[in-house]
Amino acid sequence: MKLEAKGLVLEGRLAGIDCSLEPGAVTAICGPNGAGKSSLLEALAGLLSLDGGTVELDGQNLATLPPRERAKRLGYLPQEHEIAWDVSVRRLVELGRMPHGDRLAGPVDAALDALDITALADRRAQSLSGGETARVLLARVLAGEPRWILADEPLAALDIAHQLELLRHLRAEVDRGTGVVLVLHDLAHAMNHADRVIVLHEGRIAADGPPQQALSPERIAQCWRVAVKWIGEDGARALVAA
Amino acid sequence: MNRAVLVFAGLLALALPLSLLAGRVWIDPASTPNAWLILGELRLPRAVLAIVVGAGLGAAGAAMQGYLRNPLADPGLFGIAPGAALGAVTALFFGYAASAWLLPAFALVGAGGAMALLALIAGRTGGIALFTLAGLMVASLAGALTALAISMAPNAFAMSEIVLWLNGALTDRSWREVWIAAPLVTLGVALLWRASASLDALTLGEPVARSLGVEPARLLWLLILGIALTVGAGVAVAGIIGFVGLIVPHLVRPLTDRRPSQLILPSALAGALLVLVADSVVRVLPLVTELRLGIALSLLGAPFFLWLLLRMRRGLA
Repeated sequence: MKLEAKGLVLEGRLAGIDCSLEPGAVTAICGPNGAGKSSLLEALAGLLSLDGGTVELDGQNLATLPPRERAKRLGYLPQEHEIAWDVSVRRLVELGRMPHGDRLAGPVDAALDALDITALADRRAQSLSGGETARVLLARVLAGEPRWILADEPLAALDIAHQLELLRHLRAEVDRGTGVVLVLHDLAHAMNHADRVIVLHEGRIAADGPPQQALSPERIAQCWRVAVKWIGEDGARALVAA
Repeated sequence: MNRAVLVFAGLLALALPLSLLAGRVWIDPASTPNAWLILGELRLPRAVLAIVVGAGLGAAGAAMQGYLRNPLADPGLFGIAPGAALGAVTALFFGYAASAWLLPAFALVGAGGAMALLALIAGRTGGIALFTLAGLMVASLAGALTALAISMAPNAFAMSEIVLWLNGALTDRSWREVWIAAPLVTLGVALLWRASASLDALTLGEPVARSLGVEPARLLWLLILGIALTVGAGVAVAGIIGFVGLIVPHLVRPLTDRRPSQLILPSALAGALLVLVADSVVRVLPLVTELRLGIALSLLGAPFFLWLLLRMRRGLA
């Protein structure tokens, strides 16, 4: 189930984006502040009314797909961890079933289990730590059994242990054939954990390809205007000032 | 069926017979002369009307708090109650209130006008912030026009009629008001109930709700229509009765799993109970003239609101 952006234009944010994403891989969207990363993710999730262009899922225009059908296929996780009411973890995760119109225990339990939060199921949202909240909100997405997971900065505000854990969960989803698209600020995470990196700069795609290529020091210098170099070995690279 | 529905339905079933007997004159069906006439023609319609009006206000408050994700939201803030009041005041101003149907009809037109204005401003985008601001502006415009009507009232009698009416009451209401309000409130509560799954999704914020398939414009329409019907019909037959929509969801929430959808029906029942009990209390109080229900509920509601703010102070600061 391919996810394709065709000529996306959003005034002041996206200036003609074309890309075709295949499931079964982690795609990272990187770029300096204001490059249009979150806008592109929201557009891919079908949540923006665009000034131009279309997003197609398996050849179907998202804008004409009924919202529930779109919601069944695309799971979206925003950066903000907003939980307005002090509901239980299970009730939060069950919200992921809303597009299906059910609260099936099977997928909800599987999502709780996948993120090791079965023990938290009866806890209230406001009693959770930041790391637990992040896992609960990802479980909410998994409970909907989407074909695509689109997450905006899912690692922000998490410590390194929880970051790696969340990445491990996302990789497990990818291994089951789900497509994962992440907006990432941390270029080292993109380098080490993504299969493909799309670099945005001023609303356009500046680079698109395997991480080593898309995040070369030259590209980083061009888009972020900093001189850096990669150290370490493949899969465990770190970015330091050159 | 959640626990809160059972609790408040049970309490309501207890309160209704007591409320029928309570009043300046306590009725003993066996010995009071004309007891059945008083019950059937005076007390029963008044009690049913209290239930209808309270149910509408309670459900509207629960839906509003869920929609705005704010426990301090009250349906009165959003222009529909002031709009309905302006309609009723217009009828009183021109002396149309002599006809029994005209005042509620004018109030419903006022609620509809406020609703149309809200929908015109905020309906297309379905944005919550725009809706809130538009509601506040509609409310202050309607409030200003109501104040204008009071200050320009043709005579002292009309002025006192308007002021008295604005402090809602259920005194001297009959089955006619019940027939006006009950179908509208029922329809309104049904519409709000239909919005409940979307309100649950809003718990995780507007973008997540949309990603789960919620259509913001459809949700806003359900809410505007639902609140116009519940609150508008309530104001049309009883005048302004504040604070019910604010207080009731707080009483109900601890008995539920805190999902907004689980609040709507029990809040309708708890609102009905609160207005029924408050109306019975104002009848029993040994005052020279009966205390207006709207005033009584404000006397109860304002300290409650303050208590709520004190409790939330740590979180708000």
